[in-house]
Order: sequence, then C-alpha cells, then structure tokens
Amino acid sequence: MSEKHNIIPVWFFVGCLLLVYGVMIFITGLVNWSSPPAGVELTQYHAPVWWGAVLTVLGIVYCTMFRPRKNT
Amino acid sequence: MTPLLAMFAAETLVHMSGVDLAIIAIYFFLVLGIGFYLKKFAETGEDFFLAGREMTAWVAGLAFVSANLGSLELLGWAGNAYQYGILAAHWYWVGAIPAMVFLGLVMMPFYYICRTHSVPGYLKLRYGSEASALSAVTFAFMTILMSGVNMYAMAVVMEVVLGWNLHFSLIVSSVTVGIYVAAGGLFSAIFNEVLQFFLIWFGALLIPILGLIETGGWSGMVERIHQNFPGHDFTHLWSPMSSPANNPMGVHWIAIVFGLGMVQSMGYWTTDFLVVQRVLSAKDIRSAKMAPIIGSFFKMAVPLIVILPGLLGRAVLPFHLVPGNEAVAGQFKYDDVLPLMLARYCGPGLLGLGITALVAGFMAGMAGNVSAFATVWTYDLYRPYIKKDASDAHYVSMGRWCTIIGLIVSIGTAYLVTRNKSMMDYVQALFGFFIAPLFGTVLLGMLWKRITRMGGFLGLLAGVLSSVVIFTLMKTDESWVPVFTFSPLAQPLAQAMWQALWACTICVVVSVLVSLVTKPRADEELRGLVYSLTDVAHELHTNWWHRPLIWGTIAMVIFGILQIIFW
Repeated sequence: MSEKHNIIPVWFFVGCLLLVYGVMIFITGLVNWSSPPAGVELTQYHAPVWWGAVLTVLGIVYCTMFRPRKNT
Repeated sequence: MTPLLAMFAAETLVHMSGVDLAIIAIYFFLVLGIGFYLKKFAETGEDFFLAGREMTAWVAGLAFVSANLGSLELLGWAGNAYQYGILAAHWYWVGAIPAMVFLGLVMMPFYYICRTHSVPGYLKLRYGSEASALSAVTFAFMTILMSGVNMYAMAVVMEVVLGWNLHFSLIVSSVTVGIYVAAGGLFSAIFNEVLQFFLIWFGALLIPILGLIETGGWSGMVERIHQNFPGHDFTHLWSPMSSPANNPMGVHWIAIVFGLGMVQSMGYWTTDFLVVQRVLSAKDIRSAKMAPIIGSFFKMAVPLIVILPGLLGRAVLPFHLVPGNEAVAGQFKYDDVLPLMLARYCGPGLLGLGITALVAGFMAGMAGNVSAFATVWTYDLYRPYIKKDASDAHYVSMGRWCTIIGLIVSIGTAYLVTRNKSMMDYVQALFGFFIAPLFGTVLLGMLWKRITRMGGFLGLLAGVLSSVVIFTLMKTDESWVPVFTFSPLAQPLAQAMWQALWACTICVVVSVLVSLVTKPRADEELRGLVYSLTDVAHELHTNWWHRPLIWGTIAMVIFGILQIIFW
C-alpha cells in the first residue's frame, strides 16, 4: 500500500483489532456459556463463542499476512 | 460501583458490561496510536491532504464507501427501513451503484489526470475562480456545519442508547478525532475509515444472521411482517411505485429513477468532495478508477446490515416503533430499531463490538468532514485568495490548524443545535442545495468543451438559488408540493428528490444558454479537463480482470439482478 513511505499496511492494524476483539468475545462467550445474559434472544446458539472464533481466525490471518517486514 | 460505571448505569436502551467498555477503550487507544504513528509520514502537502497519493484501489475503495457509512447513516436508514420497508434500499442500490460506476469509469480520469486536490480545484481549472470560489466557500461552510450536526447527533444517540453525558461524548470524540487527524491528515482519516468498515460489518452482521434464524429465513420474516402489519407491503422494491398512493413514501418511480438515481446520487457520489477525496488518494489512474467500483460491490451489500435489521424489527419486535416527533416517554422511535435489535441478540462482548462500530462510525464521519474542510480551506480558499506563495510546510501547518479550528467550530455548531433543534434539518437541507447543481456543472464541464466560464458559474448559481427557492416554497406552503412533485402525497424524501431534479435541470439549461452567447476557452487550455480533448488510458493491453470496465459491468449486472429479485 505504501510504496513511497513504507507505512505498516492498514490491514495489519485491522488484524490486530480483530484478533484482540475475537479473543475477548470468545472468552466472554465461554464464561457465559452456562449462564446466558438475561434479555438476550437465541442464547442457545452461543453466538459470542463462534463469532469470537471467526474474528480470532481472521485476525490471525491478517496479522500474519500483513505483518511489518524488516524494511518497514 | 466505580464513578465511571455509575455514569453508564442510567436508564438507557442498552446496558454494557466491563468487557464492552474495555472493547470501546481499546478502540480509542488504537486510533490515537495510529494517529501518532502516521504523523511522521504526513510531512508534505500531498501527504497530509491526499495521503501521499499512494493508496491501493482496495484501501481507497473501502475508505470511499466508509466515508458514507457513518453511524447516522446506519441508524437513520435502519429507521427508514422500519418505516418505509425495503424501499429504503433504493438509496443503496439505484441511489448509489450507477453513480459509483459512472464516477470510476467516466469522471475519475479527469479528476486524476488534472492532478487537482479537490472538486473546487477542478472547477478552478475548468471554469476559473468564480465557480470554484462559490463551490469552495459553500462546501467549507456546509462541511463544518454538518460536522457539528453529526457531533450533536452522536452525543444524543450516546445519551439515549448508553446513558453517556452529552458533554462527555462531544469532548471525548472531538478531542480524539482532532488529535489523530491533525497528526496524520488524510492518512489517519483513511486508516480509521478502513478500521471502521470492518468494525461495522463485524459489529452488525450478527443481527441479520440471528434475525433470519429466529424468523425462519426471508419467507418467514415476510410472513411475520404480514401478520403484524396486515395490508401493508414492506418487502417489494419497485412494484408499489406505479403510483405515490401505493407506497408509504408517497413516491413515484420517476422520482426514484431520475431524481434519486440520475441527479441526487450522481451529485453526491461524483462531486461531494468528502467522498471524492478518498479516491483522489489512489496511487495511479487504474486504482482511482477501480476504487469506486470496488466500493460499489460493498455498497450493494450494505442493505444486509442496515435495511434487513429494519425489516426484521417489523417482524420480531413485540411493540411498534413511532416517528421521532410523536414518541412519548416509554415509546421507541424508528431510529432506535438498530440499537434495539443489537440489544436483542448481542450479549456482553458482542454488544461492546456493536457499540464500538457505532462510535467508530461517528468519529470517522467527523474525521471525514474536518479533513475535507482542511483541504478545501487550505488549497481552494487560503492559498489562492489569502497567501499565494507560501512554502509547502506552511500549508501543511495551516491544514493542521484548520483541523483543530474546524473541530472547535463544529463543537460550537453542536451546542447551537442543542438550543435550536430545527436547525439540524435545515443544515442537512442546506447541504442538499449545492450537490445537485454542482453535478450538472462538473459533468457539463467534463463532457462539453463549449461550456464557458460564465456559463458554468451562472448555471451553478442559478441551480443553487432555484434549489433554495423550491425548498422554501414547499416547506412554508404545502400547496407548492404538488406543483414541484406532481403529487400532494410526496413525503420529505420524495420532495428532496424532485428538488434535486429541478435544481440540476435549471443549472444545465442556464449553463447551456449562457455558454451559447459567451466566448468559449481555447482547446489548448482545456486539455486534460474535457472528454474530447483528453487522452484517457483504456487499459486495452491489461488482463481482463484488471480492467475497470469489466468490473463496472459486473457491478451493474449484479445491481440489475437485485432489482429483479426484490421487484
């Protein structure tokens, strides 16, 4: 993305954010597995667990693919 | 309970846990960190105002579509989808896709080849200082007002949805935006728009997924809507538009096709500098042509996270929402549908992600406004009219100060709106006055070399003035509504479409008539600015999958298929 300036690609920052959020949401989903929050529908599908997992995997992929190289 | 948590524990639409607050806090630290990191790269004018013109088509394309994907858009259009049904999707499809493809294939080459910094900059090259100054002054003024209105709207939403103090929201968000835009300029704005794009998608996509699971798919949702609201059609896009009496918007298909599709959306997507600036940051002409086309594919998908939640609200919410001006204590407004659906399906963690997406959308909207304002003020007003021969560093410094001053003025505007709420509607209407005629002026200038300096200026002026007059007449005396819209049933959205159509038509007619009686510029002066005098590369020797024309055609085919599916 940044031929002139050699800036860290924005995709790396996206990956970091998705990874951190994914882990946080995944763990929160596991903690609440047996005592789902009141007032929320469809808790039987445990959306935070699988959505957190999706974000974590995507975050890892982006962080790995776009990690800063030595010349950045 | 800590004082901070106590502040969030008021009677609100949603209640957040510690993990939700941590998710929001991480976002604030990241955007500030990115701003400080990018500061060292924004040293020259081209870096600060145009992100070094080194963005790939993907980054420029996502920033382009994100600049229009702010939280006001999300909340407002989800509310419109609840109110008007799938008709609201017209603003994402016919009201966006043809214009984005047109920008990429037809107009972007001219903006890019003439190396302008802005849309008023193009007008200066094509027509001279009169049309450029009119466009720059009105754009700068309106952008800063709009930034203030957005700021106020964000603070109100945060107060209603989260219970945050109004002043707290205004100050924290504007200080954060001020720091990261003043530091990294358009680099920062674009980076945060790309982040916001991902946050909005991952924060909101669960709503339609879980909503469709709950209703048993699309057909189950339609069935529930019919049960809850018998006799109303909320799920067809074109079939209820043969007459204004057949749809809740009171609009005829002619207004949608010509007013929205051919004027309003073309005006917004091709001449509003806020969005065009993102594409001007592209690294080469092919990227500049591809960026809006890439954006069009994502724009086509946005109804999934905006329109569908509004429709699902009709299907699953156990109470009916009401118009904002009719809501009393205990009732929810149309615009509350998205936070209500978020709270319905998202528990701790996911709720924080959804709210962060909304906060990110608001802040990216503010950043977009102030970065565009700083560019237009510095390059189209300050440099030509106040200080002509300063150094590049001086203009960058001016851009940084403009960012700060722009935000301070925006905060002032936000507080003005808190005292006079009707001002919000008028500021939004004011912005609409300039976009439709500006499209006529820019397009004529690009396509016809015979249009003269005075033709362009007087056409633009006539278009703007006629737009003001039509708006004022329709707002002050309803008997004018059928005169301009051909239907007494036309609702505000339909009135705005007709107003845009009239303003653009008057602009074009006046431009042509004045040009025919005034002297045109020599061909040599118009090279690179007008279609017939510009050699635009057609990428005939590149692979087919690298050609903007191919992808533009694919976008239009998918757009057509969507119209048929939801006819």
